Amino acid sequence: MTFEYAPAPESRSIVDIKAKYGHFIDGKFVTGKNHFPTINPATEEVLSQIALGGASDVDKAVAAAQKAYTKTWSKLSGKERGKYLYRIARILQERAREFAVLETLDNGKPIRETRDIDIPLVAAHFFYHAGWADKLDYAGLGKSPQPHGVAGQIIPWNFPLLMLAWKIAPALATGNTVVLKPAETTSLTALLFAQVCQEAELPDGVVNIVTGDGTTGSAIVNHPGIHKIAFTGSTEVGKRIARAIAGTEKKATLELGGKGANVVFDDAPIDEAVEGIVNGIFFNQGHVCCAGSRLILQEGIADEFIEKLKVRMAKIRIGDPLDKNTDLGAINSREQLLKIQELAGVGDLEGAQRWSPACTLSDKGFWFAPTIFTGVTQAHRIAREEIFGPVLSILTFRTPQEAIEKANNTPFGLSAGVWSEKGSRILWATQQLRAGVVWANTFNKFDSASPFGGYKESGWGREGGKHGLSAYLKEGK
Amino acid sequence: MATTPKKPVARLEVKKTYKLYINGAFPRSESGRVYEVLTSKGVSVANPSLASRKDLRDAVVAARAAQSGWAKATAYNRGQILYRIAEMLEGRADQIANEISLATGVTSKKAHDEVLTAIDRWVWYAGWSDKLSAAFGATNPVSGPYYNFTIPEPQGVIAVAPAESFLAFIDAIAPAIVSGNTVVALVPGSAAIAAMTFAEVLATSDLPAGVINILTGSHDELAPWAASHMDIDGFDISGITKKKRADLKVAGAENLKRIHHFEGTPSPTRIYAFMEAKTVWHPIGV
Repeated sequence: MTFEYAPAPESRSIVDIKAKYGHFIDGKFVTGKNHFPTINPATEEVLSQIALGGASDVDKAVAAAQKAYTKTWSKLSGKERGKYLYRIARILQERAREFAVLETLDNGKPIRETRDIDIPLVAAHFFYHAGWADKLDYAGLGKSPQPHGVAGQIIPWNFPLLMLAWKIAPALATGNTVVLKPAETTSLTALLFAQVCQEAELPDGVVNIVTGDGTTGSAIVNHPGIHKIAFTGSTEVGKRIARAIAGTEKKATLELGGKGANVVFDDAPIDEAVEGIVNGIFFNQGHVCCAGSRLILQEGIADEFIEKLKVRMAKIRIGDPLDKNTDLGAINSREQLLKIQELAGVGDLEGAQRWSPACTLSDKGFWFAPTIFTGVTQAHRIAREEIFGPVLSILTFRTPQEAIEKANNTPFGLSAGVWSEKGSRILWATQQLRAGVVWANTFNKFDSASPFGGYKESGWGREGGKHGLSAYLKEGK
Repeated sequence: MATTPKKPVARLEVKKTYKLYINGAFPRSESGRVYEVLTSKGVSVANPSLASRKDLRDAVVAARAAQSGWAKATAYNRGQILYRIAEMLEGRADQIANEISLATGVTSKKAHDEVLTAIDRWVWYAGWSDKLSAAFGATNPVSGPYYNFTIPEPQGVIAVAPAESFLAFIDAIAPAIVSGNTVVALVPGSAAIAAMTFAEVLATSDLPAGVINILTGSHDELAPWAASHMDIDGFDISGITKKKRADLKVAGAENLKRIHHFEGTPSPTRIYAFMEAKTVWHPIGV
């Protein structure tokens, strides 16, 4: 006898999507000139038309942010700023389900994740930073550290609202005002957040949201009225931004790509490690900059481990992101799907062995089965380049030193994982791994109190925790 | 060249050959080039080595090889070595002050003060080695059964291009190495004289070979190569004029080098600028 799951779709009646959106500037929604469609990547249904922000929209947004900075926000006490953030956190909690459904529709990630991870973390991030607003003297940056002014913030499509929270909450808590551009394919929750700002009676111009594509982002980066850039996205674009601001006084934090290594020693708790590896690479369809996309297995347990991993992968439920039982949702866009397909194809060509569990993928929308490659060497492109999809490259090692060398053999340095039952070995490995976040016997955990960010080409600076505040403040006396 | 006395003197002074300091040794520039440092009156002081791009590469190789060992030394040990540098420098204070005075034309009193300040800077930075985790680390109260902590770690190999003064040179290298980074210093012009005598201080301070490497010569020639070098993690460009910083930053973007410049009094921020915060999670349970 087999048990089947009945469909358990979350209702989408809770969301109200307008046919067309403009920008949110100076506390008001303003109409855009040109628009482009935003679709549900699970069905290719057009959800709405999003405004394509141009230089003049960015100008207006920066002017509004500058005015709000000098006239209201920088004059407000930390205590009052904090209260606005607390308000926003509470409204986000109240409207959490609405945000979760909207995020799933626009992004394609499973409702289980938006409901249980993304949106709760968003509210927590505002709540956490609200408390900092009147305690900045204790942030380790001297007495009365000062904000930069207007922050230009550009965020990716993999965690749309969460990345917005990571950007806006610390900026506002420290007294900066904001011009934020959501990713081209995932603007809807940012625009709903704009409504939350109105509902919270946040002063006009403190938060401005300009939607658009790379040209809009570039207009923000190059705008002379911006004092600080915060970007999350690809290493390639991060480098472009670093060059663009080289001759300016603009500060920047960059959260970029990764090729996280998950190192499993032969004394690891195998079943827990299998679960952790699955979470490390298949969480959010692998659209995670800190994904554990390289599994580095100790040779003696490799065969057993891979067999168990395959058994576990066969249980992954891929399908309707709105279904509460879905584990793996849709790939966010056709463009991203093509990129994943291309790199996986390179894995085949370079001689690695591909395996995926049997699963039916819908004809509509963008889908990619959970995939592992065995027989991968360090020279393979699938071991070096970020795939940003549900594709795991498996390598093996004999000695602990070899594991560390393989793990660190990458220009990235965002995340790493280590699995072992031996405490001293874990602490040794976490010391040796060159990454900004190291998960030991766990993976892909996030918290507003926990700094996040990378070494080397994974970026500049940290977000979250005490460390994240320094990105938005000039040192005090 | 100033004219040399024709008549033999009672005892001819034995002059020092100023070379480079790479991997704990004193090689000449592979290029064979030197440049002349003159007093304000035009008298020749010395002919320091004019370091080349190849010397820079050699210095980076030495710095990279020394880095993990230096970072692995205990903070107490690193602190003692920095303090030892202060001790050794104290013994050479007169010599270095004399060289500063000769090469830059400042009064002997001023030169002395500069060296004494430099000695005290080493003492100050020495004390930071085992306080960085307290100042820049944290245990983070995450919402779940996890132990979560953040510690600062050195970035790796840092190039420094200080302004043309002995103190500026010390102010750039001390904060870079105290955390466990290794350094390639690009010392410009007349600052080469005191810097190379200071290398003798380093050579007798138990500082492992390769932790500080000193190249003398021209920023215009060496800084662009340092900015684009893919095995340099950070670059302190405090001695580079504002106009020339942008090009270095553009070149440094290729490996997202951490490029900073500093003004004013020494600060732990200058140490932390060349460190990375690492956050570690582990479950709590029975």
